Amino acid sequence: MYEQITRNRVKSLLLVLAVLVLAVGLGYVFGLLFEFGWGGAILALVIAAGMSIASYRYGDRLVLAVSRARPATKEEHARLLNVVEGLTIASGVPMPKVYVIPEQAPNAFATGRNPEHASIAVTEGLLQVLNRVELEGVVAHELSHVKNRDILVGTLVATLVGVVVLLADWTRRAFFWGGGRVGGRNKGLPIAGALLVVGLLLSILAPIGAQLIRLAVSRRREYLADADGALMTRYPPGLAAALRKIAASPNQMRVANNATAHLWLNQPSRVPGEGVSWFERLFSTHPPIQDRIRFLEEM
Amino acid sequence: MSWVWVLVAIPVVLLLYGILEFNRLVRHRNRVNNSWSGIDVQLKRRYDLIPNLVEAVRGYATHERRLFEEVTEARTRAIAAGTVQDQAAAETDITRNLRQLFAVAEDYPDLKANQNFLALQEELTATESKIAFARQFYNDQVMKYNTITQQFPSLIVARLASFIPREFFEAEEESRGAVAVQP
Repeated sequence: MYEQITRNRVKSLLLVLAVLVLAVGLGYVFGLLFEFGWGGAILALVIAAGMSIASYRYGDRLVLAVSRARPATKEEHARLLNVVEGLTIASGVPMPKVYVIPEQAPNAFATGRNPEHASIAVTEGLLQVLNRVELEGVVAHELSHVKNRDILVGTLVATLVGVVVLLADWTRRAFFWGGGRVGGRNKGLPIAGALLVVGLLLSILAPIGAQLIRLAVSRRREYLADADGALMTRYPPGLAAALRKIAASPNQMRVANNATAHLWLNQPSRVPGEGVSWFERLFSTHPPIQDRIRFLEEM
Repeated sequence: MSWVWVLVAIPVVLLLYGILEFNRLVRHRNRVNNSWSGIDVQLKRRYDLIPNLVEAVRGYATHERRLFEEVTEARTRAIAAGTVQDQAAAETDITRNLRQLFAVAEDYPDLKANQNFLALQEELTATESKIAFARQFYNDQVMKYNTITQQFPSLIVARLASFIPREFFEAEEESRGAVAVQP
């Protein structure tokens, strides 16, 4: 259990470093191509950070509103509130706000910019199909996201990916509109030609690479929350049983869409019970549910 | 002249390290104490709920008088306990009797339909698992604190300022699984 936690932490840190290297590298090439120096990269960082910080501050309210979540009440959802409270006692994080989503498919998510402003939402379907231990497993997974500040990690990665996408976009536009100016003073030297080719290739490939790394970070954080949650309840089979029930559920999510897919406990769009190809794996925000169950059972 | 500075710097650095380590030890010892009182909060909550439960069940399950008396008596013993061992023994009795009480409640359909009883059952089940979680949190804090008092070089500061390693709370044979049978 402890080894899985450490391994997932190290891997997600390496992935964040990889996207950072990509952003800095593209910024450098951009500067060379247009003789901007670092100006272009800094401008892209400011724009991307501005957008990400807005979503970091206000994203939770938006997501809760979009999924039509309403606050859980002591009268109606005593078990849920008690389970959340119990796990906050076990982990030492402050009590988050708890919401219930009117939705038959069993699923859950956590949001909020830090443990002091966190919210956890579960669907009505989840409350219906899970028993107490399984619910504890799910809530512990969500609380681990809160404790590990995964919203912050996601925001950081989104910012870096934003820098890469913006720079690549500007580079392609520059090639398209002002091909004559590209290369600047170096024009005519052999290095200019090579730079042009590298710049063009980078502007096409870098955004794809950055998005793939972002998805890999997301999957890594899911494994980490599984392992951390298991440590919180000291009972990995609880979450494993919950994931099995969720995978077997015939209900499809109605309120989830691509914009919120990464937040949920399990990817909402996936057809249950099907094998997952490596290609689908590459473009998923979540690891395949069977793999998650296997890791939990190995703990 | 530089060796003079080295001679001055060494004790200063050592002193600074000592202060930082001392403060870290105090912080962790306070966390251990605080998490211990977290267990008490949940135990008190259980004491408060038991009379309500007995009151709710009494009207229905008249044949189970002996069980009520035992729960109430164990509760009184736990509150009045002078030593940690006495209290632990009484708490174990409470847990066992409550579990029996909920088991016999299955035989009384009227009771199982009673909203008040169901709410109390949920509260007591939740409190039971909160007690377990509070103990787990206490043990986590003890582990962190003990690690500092046993690791080098922080162990030197711990020894000098007599920070003594704390004892873990040993769980009874029933732990998480037994609480969990409630659907």
